[in-house]
Amino acid sequence: MTAAPFTAYSPRRVAAMVLRYWYLLRSSWARLIELVYWPAVQMLMWGFLQLYIDQNAGFFARAGGIFIGAVLLWDILFRGQLGFAVSFLEEMYARNLGNLMMSPLRASEFITALMIMSIVRLAIGLVPVSLLAIAFFGFNLYGLGFALAAFFANLILTSWAVGIFVSGLVLRNGLGAETFAWSLMFLLLPLACVYYPVSVLPAWLQYVAWALPPTYVFEGLRALVIQHVFRGDLMLQALVVNAVLMVAAVIAFRMLVDSARRQGSLLQSGE
Amino acid sequence: MPTDPAIAVDQLVKVYNNVTAVDGISFALEAGSVTGLLGGNGAGKTTTIAMIMGLVIPTSGRVSVLGTDMTLHRHRVLHRMNFESPYVEMPMRLTIRQNLTVFGMLYGVDNVAERIGQVAAELELTDLLDRTTGKLSAGQKTRVSLAKSLLNRPEVLLLDEPTASLDPDTADWVRGRLERYRAERGATVLLASHNMSEVERLCERVIIMKGGRIEDDDTPQHLLARYGRRTLEEVFLDVVRGRAEPREAAQ
Repeated sequence: MTAAPFTAYSPRRVAAMVLRYWYLLRSSWARLIELVYWPAVQMLMWGFLQLYIDQNAGFFARAGGIFIGAVLLWDILFRGQLGFAVSFLEEMYARNLGNLMMSPLRASEFITALMIMSIVRLAIGLVPVSLLAIAFFGFNLYGLGFALAAFFANLILTSWAVGIFVSGLVLRNGLGAETFAWSLMFLLLPLACVYYPVSVLPAWLQYVAWALPPTYVFEGLRALVIQHVFRGDLMLQALVVNAVLMVAAVIAFRMLVDSARRQGSLLQSGE
Repeated sequence: MPTDPAIAVDQLVKVYNNVTAVDGISFALEAGSVTGLLGGNGAGKTTTIAMIMGLVIPTSGRVSVLGTDMTLHRHRVLHRMNFESPYVEMPMRLTIRQNLTVFGMLYGVDNVAERIGQVAAELELTDLLDRTTGKLSAGQKTRVSLAKSLLNRPEVLLLDEPTASLDPDTADWVRGRLERYRAERGATVLLASHNMSEVERLCERVIIMKGGRIEDDDTPQHLLARYGRRTLEEVFLDVVRGRAEPREAAQ
């Protein structure tokens, strides 16, 4: 028998990793429930707050579904990154990273598989919750149409960039760096102005906010819901910043992997 | 006609934070040979194997496998190699079949299901294929790990203490399977082990490491003769404890 020929990028190896995570996901009902649980709790909490404000506040705060829309979009960002990073962490928990790193799997294939799994996990969590939002509060996320596609594309790109960077940190530093997988995205919560406009921030902090792609998305959501205007310019700017962020994340990931290979961290892959 | 070595290690050095784990070792393994890598804890065996796999970048020196530089181009050759160690686990929640399917696809194995059937039959895993990997005994897990390492019929097989924590009967059974695979495939095998009888049985060459250096390198028969010992274990103890010079050298 001759060995399979060398291929620089193999969709079959990507499929192997997606299959591996799918086997894992379907083997655990707890993992599946967890994917829906927190988005549902968040959506209900913000939905009822929205109802209360509708009854007591002024026009802008009452603008239909602004909070529920923001919380659902925030979940795309947060759960997208978590879906990416948690799939990676599963390899650390299973002490399987050594097997993978010594296999022909390439970093680009591994990252592609993690991106696919972040969308799968996001879909499992977010689709039922978005339907609940229609049933409980009459907010139809899918009614945003093309704007939703633009919002989604930009948010998922940011979540992947953060996921790639966090995975590199964990690869380099072991499970001691796991906390970044769960907490780093929360740094963006106040700065990306999820629930309030950028103008609320101090002037100097607004520069930081505009350096983050999600800021453009949440500003775009408010423009759509309050002024009924789709801001394509904001989406394009977000795309440009996302491209820069993604390149930076990939470079950081490669540097962290090289550093791990120099330090011998890939041999331990524990704490 | 001389052939290129399957594994060539040239002046290999690895320093971690001012601690020298591997200190300028060189060796070349002929294609189809079985070599034992011996050494006490911290001798540098695992680091050496990790550098051969390209998992650790050497501080200096060069490693090539099947003619490919492993520091720069390891992905060109990883599908022709494999690795087995009881210290690197397979995902516990997946069944054996699922694990082998994933790794079969990663290694580019054609007709994965058929190949899994063959390997499972060879390693007496057929009845266990749909059992969750985490629920297996230590011996069964070792067989699964071995099945993974043989899936792609590797030309180069690296084994890190493949029979550690196995009872003598199971360990003997595993050695028998390794001998058979090597005979059928003509694979090059590098075996790191603490089990001297295993090394005596499987290996035609033994490299003994101590403090990151190669202390001795010869056939088991020559080592026994030179140290004037009856077992490889006695030779090993002489070397790692610095107790005796080889008789020939002393003479």
